[in-house]
Amino acid sequence: MKLDCKHVWEHISEYIDMTVDAELRKEIDLHLEHCEICSAILDSTRNILILTADDRTFELPVGYSKRLHERLKDEIEKTKQEPPVSGQK
Amino acid sequence: MRMIDTNEAGLIARIVAGEKELFHELIRPYERMVYLTLFAIVKNETEAEDGAQETVISAYRHLASFRGDAKFSTWLTTIAINEGRKRLRKAKGAAENSIEEEEESHEGDYTPAPLTDWREIPLEALERKELREALRVAVAELPDIYRQVFVLRDLEEQNIEETAQALGINPGAVKVRLHRARMMLQKRLVPFLKTTAPARRGFFGRAL
Repeated sequence: MKLDCKHVWEHISEYIDMTVDAELRKEIDLHLEHCEICSAILDSTRNILILTADDRTFELPVGYSKRLHERLKDEIEKTKQEPPVSGQK
Repeated sequence: MRMIDTNEAGLIARIVAGEKELFHELIRPYERMVYLTLFAIVKNETEAEDGAQETVISAYRHLASFRGDAKFSTWLTTIAINEGRKRLRKAKGAAENSIEEEEESHEGDYTPAPLTDWREIPLEALERKELREALRVAVAELPDIYRQVFVLRDLEEQNIEETAQALGINPGAVKVRLHRARMMLQKRLVPFLKTTAPARRGFFGRAL
């Protein structure tokens, strides 16, 4: 069976995640060999994911970690006099 | 980025037994994840940071109830999601529908945008600040149910099972939402990608 572009698009996400079955993967690979449009869509989607995983894209507020650990430190100090952390009664 | 699970389990046991300061060490690999999870829900830096702090404090207080049948990261993400939803409900007011009511739409166009004159983003384009900014905006503007799955999967790199468990949805829904989120982002970002297209033009700069 020959895949059309729309069919390929429906599976692009799974293709990237390597969760399509072997047979479908082979068909998609064949399609990609001669279809520039689908190849470009695949590349652009992949690049968006690379960019997403880049720590510089989604940055944390300056000083976030420091403030978090200060707050945690206060909390730990408060509970230090209590018995060990325990959910049991 | 994450600690080896056995170390983590040992760390948790020691904290529960009384070495409370070690909680700093336990939480450090997950600080970013907690913040991003909150931000994906509340979409506001200050609220996300406050929520992240509450999440970490809550995890500290309730650590003894962590049983180890889920991964620590999943357990923590669940606390973060609940904290985010609580804040969102508060912000939206009780009168409005809560976010959990949002349903997957079977309508809408989730097909990608075709690119005809572009093969791959050149590496230098990925370095461009405006592309990163465009991606941040596009992610922030995704409908809630899609953004949350996208952030857990592609930003925090949690797997399908972990994402499903943290959001309380089934793995099939994770896959569908992730696919739609990615396609919506691809479509939104095409104009930015096109400007970086390598020249492959006919006379007078017209595309062939």
